[in-house]
Amino acid sequence: MKALLALLLLLALPALAVEPNERLADPALEARARALSRGLRCLVCRNESIDESHADLAHDVRVLLRERLSAGDSDTAAIRFITDRYGDFVLLDPPLKTSTMVLWMAPPALLVVAFGGVLLAARRRRAPPAPLTAEEQARLATLLKGQE
Amino acid sequence: MSRRLITLLPLAVFLAVAVYFALALRPNRDTQALPSVMIDKPVPAFDLPSLADGPNLSPAAASGEVVVINYFASWCVPCRIEHPVLMALKSQKVTLWGIAYKDKPEESRTFIAQSGDPYARIGVDRDGRTGFDFGVYGVPETYVIDRAGHIRKRFVGPLTPEIAERELVPLVRALAKP
Repeated sequence: MKALLALLLLLALPALAVEPNERLADPALEARARALSRGLRCLVCRNESIDESHADLAHDVRVLLRERLSAGDSDTAAIRFITDRYGDFVLLDPPLKTSTMVLWMAPPALLVVAFGGVLLAARRRRAPPAPLTAEEQARLATLLKGQE
Repeated sequence: MSRRLITLLPLAVFLAVAVYFALALRPNRDTQALPSVMIDKPVPAFDLPSLADGPNLSPAAASGEVVVINYFASWCVPCRIEHPVLMALKSQKVTLWGIAYKDKPEESRTFIAQSGDPYARIGVDRDGRTGFDFGVYGVPETYVIDRAGHIRKRFVGPLTPEIAERELVPLVRALAKP
C-alpha cells in the first residue's frame, strides 16, 4: 500500500497553468509554444512566467502566442509580436542592449574590482617591512637600553 | 595625496549607495510603474462594435482631435472608484472614449446606466484583443491620443482627481493647441 502511494506520488506531475483547450494539436508547435512561454513574464503576477500563471492575461498571451506560431511565425517573430506591445519587461531573460548595459556589466565589473582589491591587499601584506635606517637603528638601541 | 583619496573612497562609495537608495525609496515613487512601449507610437488599429447601436469605433472617428481612451469593465472595482473623475473630465469638455474590456455588453450597459456615461463613444473589446494591441495589462488604463493619432501618455490604474487635474487635463489642453 505504502509502495503504491509512493509510486503515485512519484508519478504526480506538477500542476500546470496551460489548460487542455489551449494546447495545439501539433506536438512540435506546442513544444515551441511551451518553451517560449516559459521565458515570458506574466504582467499581472510579475514574477511568474505565463506558462505557470493562472491570470487571465497570461491565458490570453498563451493563446495569442500559439496563434502566431500556428500562423507560421518564427520564435523571434512571435516574441517580437509581444514585446512590441508590452516591452522588453515581458522577457524574463533581459536582452543585452545599450539600455541594459549597466544591468549586464555591473556584476562582472564589481567582481573585477573586488578581486583587484583583494590582490592589492594580499600583496601589501606579503611585502616584508623595509630595513631600518641608521637613524632608526640608533633610536631602537637607545630605547632598548632605556628599558634595561 | 593619493593615500588621502583612498581613505576617502569608502565614504564616497557609501554616499553613492546612499543617494541611490534615497532615490529608489523616495515615498512617492511608484514601484509598480511600467513604462509603456507604445508612447509616441501611432494608436493601434481597431474597429470595435459600439456599445450603443451606433457605428463602429475606430481611430478615424477622432478626426484630428485629442482623445482620451479609457479602458474599463463593469467587473473592475477600481473603475468604479475612478468613475466620478471621468464624469468630472466630461464636464471639463475632455473627449473621452470608453473601451469596455472583456466585459459582457449588457453588464457594461448596466454599469453606465447606473453610474452615468462620461464617454462620447464606447467600443466593445469583448476578447481583449484591442487591449493587447495597446499593451493593456489591467483595467482601468487611460491613454491620451494627440491630434496626429499618436499615444502620448498612459495612466495605469484608476485616475485620481489629483492626477486628472495636474497631469491629464493640462496635457490634453496643451495637445489641443494647434
